[in-house]
Amino acid sequence: MAIQNNLILSGLEPLIVSEQSNFVNVGERTNVTGSKKFLRLIEQDKFSEALEVARDQVEGGAQIIDINMDEGMIDGAEAMTKFLNLIASEPDISRVPIMIDSSKWDIIEAGLKTVQGKCIVNSISLKEGEKEFVAHAKLVKRYGAAVIVMAFDESGQADNYNRRIEICKRSYDILVNELNFKPQDIIFDPNIFPVATGMEEHRKNALDFFQATKWIRTNLPYASVSGGVSNVSFSFRGNNTVREAMHSAFLYHAIKHGMNMGIVNPNMLEIYDEIPKDLLEHVEDVLLNRRDDATERLLDFAESVVGDKKAKKSVNKEWRNLELRERISYSLVNGKDEFIVDDVELARLSVERPIMVIEGHLMSGMNIVGDLFGEGKMFLPQVVKSARVMKKAVAHLLPYIEASKTDGSSNSAGKILMATVKGDVHDIGKNIVGVVLACNNFEIIDLGVMVPPEKIIKTAIEEGVDIIGLSGLITPSLDEMVFLAKELKRLNINIPLLIGGATTSKAHTAVKIFPEINSPVVHVNDASRAVGVASSLINKDLKEDYWNGIKKDYTDFRERFLSKKSEKRYVDYSASKNNNFQIDFNQFAPVKPNKLGIEIIQEISLETLVPYIDWSPFFNTWGLHGKYPDIFDYELTGKQAKELFEDGQIMLKKILKEKSLTAKAIFGLFPANSVGDDIEVYNLEKTETIAKFLTLRQQLKKKQGEPNMALSDFIAPKDSGIEDYIGCFCVSTGFGSDELSKEYEDKIDDYSSIMVKALADRFAEAYAEYLHKHVRLERWGYSSNEKLSNKELIQESYKGIRPAPGYPACPDHLEKSTIWDLLKVEESIGVKLTESLAMWPASSVSGYYFGSEKAKYFGLGNINQDQLEDYALRRNITIEKAKKWLEPNLN
Amino acid sequence: MQNIIEILSKKILVLDGAMGTMIQQYKFSESDYRGDRFKDHPSSVQGNNDLLSLTQPEAIKTIHEKYLEVGADIIETNTFSSTSIGMADYNMESIVYDLNYESAKIAKEAANKYNLIDPSKPRFVAGSIGPTNRTASMSPKVNDPGYRAVTFDDLVTAYSEQTNALIDGGVDILLVETIFDTLNAKAALFAIDLILNERKISLPIMVSGTITDASGRTLSGQTVEAFVASLSHIPLLSIGFNCALGADLLLPYMKRLSKVTEFYTSAHPNAGLPNAFGEYDQSAEEMRVLIKEYLESECVNIIGGCCGTTPDHIKLIAEEAKNFSPRNIT
Repeated sequence: MAIQNNLILSGLEPLIVSEQSNFVNVGERTNVTGSKKFLRLIEQDKFSEALEVARDQVEGGAQIIDINMDEGMIDGAEAMTKFLNLIASEPDISRVPIMIDSSKWDIIEAGLKTVQGKCIVNSISLKEGEKEFVAHAKLVKRYGAAVIVMAFDESGQADNYNRRIEICKRSYDILVNELNFKPQDIIFDPNIFPVATGMEEHRKNALDFFQATKWIRTNLPYASVSGGVSNVSFSFRGNNTVREAMHSAFLYHAIKHGMNMGIVNPNMLEIYDEIPKDLLEHVEDVLLNRRDDATERLLDFAESVVGDKKAKKSVNKEWRNLELRERISYSLVNGKDEFIVDDVELARLSVERPIMVIEGHLMSGMNIVGDLFGEGKMFLPQVVKSARVMKKAVAHLLPYIEASKTDGSSNSAGKILMATVKGDVHDIGKNIVGVVLACNNFEIIDLGVMVPPEKIIKTAIEEGVDIIGLSGLITPSLDEMVFLAKELKRLNINIPLLIGGATTSKAHTAVKIFPEINSPVVHVNDASRAVGVASSLINKDLKEDYWNGIKKDYTDFRERFLSKKSEKRYVDYSASKNNNFQIDFNQFAPVKPNKLGIEIIQEISLETLVPYIDWSPFFNTWGLHGKYPDIFDYELTGKQAKELFEDGQIMLKKILKEKSLTAKAIFGLFPANSVGDDIEVYNLEKTETIAKFLTLRQQLKKKQGEPNMALSDFIAPKDSGIEDYIGCFCVSTGFGSDELSKEYEDKIDDYSSIMVKALADRFAEAYAEYLHKHVRLERWGYSSNEKLSNKELIQESYKGIRPAPGYPACPDHLEKSTIWDLLKVEESIGVKLTESLAMWPASSVSGYYFGSEKAKYFGLGNINQDQLEDYALRRNITIEKAKKWLEPNLN
Repeated sequence: MQNIIEILSKKILVLDGAMGTMIQQYKFSESDYRGDRFKDHPSSVQGNNDLLSLTQPEAIKTIHEKYLEVGADIIETNTFSSTSIGMADYNMESIVYDLNYESAKIAKEAANKYNLIDPSKPRFVAGSIGPTNRTASMSPKVNDPGYRAVTFDDLVTAYSEQTNALIDGGVDILLVETIFDTLNAKAALFAIDLILNERKISLPIMVSGTITDASGRTLSGQTVEAFVASLSHIPLLSIGFNCALGADLLLPYMKRLSKVTEFYTSAHPNAGLPNAFGEYDQSAEEMRVLIKEYLESECVNIIGGCCGTTPDHIKLIAEEAKNFSPRNIT
C-alpha cells in the first residue's frame, strides 16, 4: 500500500502529502514574531480576535497553520496552550493540522499536549548537539507529531550546498536509523536566505537551496522539504512588486526541485506567468546566479519598477560622486562623519543664509532617516549614529548662524524637556530618546538625572516647553511621576507628559497617571515611537484627535485592567505562611563559610571582569532584542548587532586601556536564622542580632503542591537549632562613568556617551557575577568543586542565588538600607543611596547571598492588605509609608 | 504459545462481548459490590463494575469463561474505568493498582484454563483501557471553550498507573478503547510507550475509537481518516472502532478505516441501538447476519461485540468468522 510513504497529517480532517499532491501552503499570520497585529492581540489577551486571524487564514486557503508565541513579554507556553485549546473548539479552524512553532522546547511541548491531531513540530536541529536533538526527536515521536528539522548544527546554520546536505543527511540518519523515526514524518528546512544583498557570499543562496532540496528529495527517501519563502526577498523590503515576483519565481523553481511545503504569505505572491518578462528575467538571473552583475541589474531595475529612490543604495566610495545634497543624505543615513564637515561647508557656501543648510540639506537627509526608522528599515544604533553626524554638521554651522542671525524665529519642531525623576539616576533610555527626538528637529532641554519636580515644572514654564518627558528605572520613580502629574494638575499647567523607562508601563500610565492629570499623557517605551507621539501631541491639526484616541484607549485599558485584576485569586497571609517552601535542613545542611565577616575590595582590574560580561542585555539597551551571540545571525538585526558590538568592543578596549572606570566591592557573610518571614542576622559570636532582613511572601493562590515562597524559606528556622548563614554585597563599576560620558557629550558624541554607560552597567553585572563565584568557591566555599563555563554562569546554573532588592523576589527597596547599615557600604566604598533608594553611581548592583542548593529565584507577585499591615508592623513604619514603598505589588 | 501477529495473518480473531451486560444479570446489591473489604467505604459503590474483580472475583471469572467457552480468542479485562480519574467518582483512587492487577490475573487464569484444554487455539487477555470520563480537547463548560477538566499530564499519570498494574497482572495485549477524544488516546499511547520503554518489553497494542453518530466523526470531531492519522505514530497491532453504533451503522466507517491503515483492523459494535429503556434487543442471529457483511467485505481482522452482546452473540460471530479469510495487510 502506498500509504506507507506519505506524510499524513490531521486536524479534524486528514491532510495527505504525497508525490502527487500540490505544494502545501502553511499559513504564517498566527505568529507573534512575524505579525505585529497578532502579537498585539495576544499581548492584550484578545484571543477571540486572534482566533479570527487563524480562521481567515484557513478560509483563505492555508492547509496548515503555523502558530508561534515566542515573545519575551508573554508566557509562551501558557499562550500556546490557551490559543490551541480555543482553536480546538472552532471546527472550521481545527479542521487543518497545526504547526507548533517555537525555539523553546517547553512551548513546543505545551503545544503537543493540547492538539488531538497529527501536528508538525517546527523545529528541532542539531544546533545544541546530538544529545538534545535525540531527546527532542524521541519526544516528538512519542507525542505523535511530524517534525521540521532545520539545517543547523553545532557549528551554525548551513549556508551553502555542502553544509546543507551534510547536516540534513546526518539528521536523517540519526532519526531514521537510530530512532526508528518514520522518514515520511521528517520535513527538512534547508534555510532560505536572502539574495541580491550585495554580498558576494549570498549570490548562491537561492541556487544552493534549490540544489540542496533536490539532493534531499533524491537521497533522503520520503522526507519533505519546507521553508519560509519571504526571507529570500529581504533586500527588497518596501518594493512589493519585486518581492512578489521574487517569491513566485523562487517558489516556481523550488517546487520544481522538490520543495513540497512552505510558509508563504498568499498576499505577497505574484502569479508566475503574470510577472513581466523583463522583471522575471532579472529576478531569475539573481535566483539562479546567472550573471555576475545580476544583483546590480536587479537593483537598478527595481528602482524603475517603483521609482522608490528614498533608500537608494550605493556601493563603496562611489557615493562621493553623487550630488552634494545626496552626499549629505548618504552621510546621515549611513552614520558616516568622515566628510560631513567638508560637505556642509560646501553647502553653506552655496546658500544665502547658513540656516538654509539645516532646513534644506540636513533636514532632507534626516527625514530619510526618520522614514527608514519608522518603517523598521533602520535600527536604533544607526539612528543614534546619524544623530552624531547631524550634531557635527550643526556644530559647524552654528557660529555662522549666530553671526547672521537677523530674526529670532525658531525652526524647531517643538521644545521638549527631558528628565529622570527625583531619586533615580538611570538615564540611558532617556538619552537615547532625547537623541532620536533631537535628530528629528525637536529642541531638547535635558535636565539630567535626579531632577526634583519643582525644577521640572519651573523650567517647563520658563522655557515654554511643548512636552515634558519623564524617565525612570526603579519602582519608586513611578510614584514620582504620579506626584508630578498631580502637581501639574494642581497648578493648572497643561503641558503633555511623555512617560518612559524600564519599570514604566502602559498599565501604570493608564491606571495611575492618566486619572491624575488634565493634560495628555502618553507612555512611550520605545524610542522609535517617540517622534511620532511627540509630533502628534504638538501638531495643531492632529493633537486633539490624537489625544482623544489615546484617551479612549487608556480609559478602556484602565477599566479592563481593573476588572481583570480581581480575577486572580489570593490566599490569606496566614494561609500563605502555612504553605511555605520546605527544605529539609538536615538533608541539605547549611555549609559554614570558610570565613565570616565583612571584606572590602577597593580595586580590581576590569580585565578580570570582561569574561563575565553577559552581552545580551547590552543589545537590549540599544533596542535590539535577542540572545548573544545568536543575535548576529538574526536576519533583520544581525548586521546591526554586529556593528554595535564592534563599536562596543572598541570602547571597551579604550576603557580598559585608560582605566577610566573603577570597580569596587564589599560583601559580608554572617550567621543567620529565619524567624517567620524575617531573617535574623547575628554577630560572629552569635551573641546578638545585628540586622533583620524582612522578606515578603507570595500570596497568589497556588496549585496543589506548589508553595507560597519567601526568601526566608531558604534559611534554616531558628527553632530548628541548625546554624545557617546569609551574605550580602554591593558592587559598583560606575566610578568614572559619569565623567567619561560627559566628555563625549561635550564632544557632541551621544553615541559614545551612551555606550560608556551601557558598558559600565555590563561591568557592574559582570562584577556581581564574578564576586558571587568567588564567594561560592572560596570565601563561603559551599560549592568549591564547581566548574562552570561563563555561559553556564550567565544561565545561572550554579547552586545558591543572589537576589537583589528592588527585583522580583524582593521588590522592597528599603532592604537596601539594611544592607547599607550592615556592611557600611557608603563609608567603605562610596556607593550612596538616593532618597528613592537608587544606588549612585548608577552602575551598581547589590543583593543577598543564599547558599542553599534548594534556593531558587521566584517572583513575589502581588500581596494583600493583611501582609502589608504585618510588614508595616515588622518594619516599624506606618501603613501609609509601607504602602508607598510596596505600591507596585499591592492588590 | 503462538505469536498473535502470526495468527492474525492466518485467521480472523474473535474478541469477547459485553462485560456490563453480563454483570447486570447478577443483580448485585450495594453490599455485594462492597464485599467484606469495602463494607465501611464512605460512599456508595453500586454500579462500580470494575470493583467486582475484587469483591466478586468468581462472577467475573465465570463471565470470562463463558466467552472463552463459545470461542472468543481475546478476552478483555474488567478494567474499563480502572483509572484514578474514573475511580474518583467512588473515592477509590487508592485501589487502582489492585483493580487492574487482580482483573488481569482473573482474566489470565481463565484464559490459561482454556489454553490447557486446547493448546492449538491460544487465548489472549487484552487489558482494557477506557477513555476516562473527562476529555482533554473539549471543554465541559459551554461558556468557557478554553477550559479543560483534565490535562494531558493528568491523563499520562492516570494511564501509566493503570498500564503498569495491567502488565504486572500479566495481560498479553493493551487495548485503548472507546476513544471519543483522540487527545486522551494520545496520552494513553504516550504513557504506554514510556512504560514499555522503561520496562524494556514489548506488548501488542490495540486501539479502538468510537464514531458517535451519523456525522461519521468521533465526539471530538475527527473523521475516520484523521483519527487514523493521529494515532498511527507507534506500531499498533490493530486499529478499529467499537461502541455507540450497531454493526449495520458502523460498517461504512470500518470500510473507510480499513483502506487507510496498514495495521490490522478490529470492530466490536453494539448489539444495535438501545431501545427506550436503554436495553439492547438485537438478537444473536440478527447480529450474525450483519457481521457476515464485515467478513465478506474483508475489512476486519478482529471482530467481537460491545454493549448488549452476550456469549450467544459471540458464539454465532465466532462460527461465522471461521468461514472467512482475514483482511490482507501486505
